Amino acid sequence: MSTLNYKESSLRRESASYSQIIPAGEGWIYRINAGETLRIVDLCGNQAADTFFFNADDLSERYSAQDTLREQSALYLTTGARLVSNLCRTMLAITADTCGRHDTIGGACAAESNMVRYDLGKRFMHNCRDTFLLQLAISGLPLTKRDLAHNINFFMNVPVTPEGGLKFDDGVSEPGKYVEMVAAMNIHCLISNCPQLNNPCNGYNPTPIEVLIWQP
Amino acid sequence: MDFDETIPAGAMWSMRVPRQRVIRLTAIEAGANVSALFYNASNPLDRLNVPDTLKALHTAKLTRGHVLMSDMGNAMVSMIEDSLGWHDPLGGHSTAAQIEAAFGARPYQEALNNFHRNARDNFLIELSKHGLGIRDLVANVNLFSKVTCDLDGRLQWVPDHCPAGAFVELRTEIDVIVVLANCPHPMHTGGEYPSSAVRINIFECPPREADDYCFNFRPECSRAIKLARRLFI
Repeated sequence: MSTLNYKESSLRRESASYSQIIPAGEGWIYRINAGETLRIVDLCGNQAADTFFFNADDLSERYSAQDTLREQSALYLTTGARLVSNLCRTMLAITADTCGRHDTIGGACAAESNMVRYDLGKRFMHNCRDTFLLQLAISGLPLTKRDLAHNINFFMNVPVTPEGGLKFDDGVSEPGKYVEMVAAMNIHCLISNCPQLNNPCNGYNPTPIEVLIWQP
Repeated sequence: MDFDETIPAGAMWSMRVPRQRVIRLTAIEAGANVSALFYNASNPLDRLNVPDTLKALHTAKLTRGHVLMSDMGNAMVSMIEDSLGWHDPLGGHSTAAQIEAAFGARPYQEALNNFHRNARDNFLIELSKHGLGIRDLVANVNLFSKVTCDLDGRLQWVPDHCPAGAFVELRTEIDVIVVLANCPHPMHTGGEYPSSAVRINIFECPPREADDYCFNFRPECSRAIKLARRLFI
């Protein structure tokens, strides 16, 4: 295991302007304006929060995992990371992180990828992509599957070895761990609280997360 | 009929390739990088999904045996031969700004067809020929390139990975729109803009299963190939 980088926030939850519990298997899409701070809390530990961002002022600009990794020359996300768009612009910056490491190469689970990864019979299990698609469909925004690229998995641990191996590991998160980020542009934040039961990304026990927002 | 074409350094290429063809790419000179994207030709919403591919294969590199998968679980192309042992699925593709920072500005007005092209613009041009655009531009792979990751997650582009003559063969498992940009890797540290042309050959390939290396490489590969075949029932 490599070093983990912990940084606590100075924001107090009493001063948050918004808070919402997202149970496992549920989704959330919400506008966050430039300058606002978003905190995602892993309430019970080891829970993957699949998260994606669109520029609210130009929906064709969206979070890009590859551009984010390359621009920071590092595979894991933690404090100091800039979350970069497909136009290589900063959408948000991570300003606090008590978990220490987050994944952005694992993507979201889907009915079809579950069939490939586990068994053709897994098609009918609930999954993050279905949550994403439903949230986009009911959002009123002109966004569809076409607009859905590869997301961040906050609190998920997907280590890569120097030899190019990759595995889904037990989480490094614990109850109450959180990650906090400041929006650099007006964004729509899309979250699926992961319902995956086939691997340890949720400790085989999906649990609620909480989102909080602070005004600048 | 066999297909034989040479993609000059900096150029782009796209084509709808039917299933059961082998696409053979050969680096004519050392230092090639081909940024590549794949779309299901009968439904381009079904497109290469790099994260799904990597987590199904438990890998952060691509080599022989690996099956590149779509986000609908379909095998798109299988890497049936590979002289290099490592192709990069992490680094993304170059942009105009990145190419200028690494290699200097060389606009068409000065250099005519030796101008410095970038993969982003090349992708957008070729995608538009198939009715696709920036919304369809998702994570790509970089053939002939290697990016390693140390235990702390630091990413490093490896220079001199691709010798002259390096080749890779991709077998189409469905009808695919293949989009290629023969542009420098976006983590290339710069200097002289690479001059490696890449030859592309396409030929027919009968379906295989029992003795097929890719089908049997991992159970995830055989399931993705089985799902792809469902598209043709």
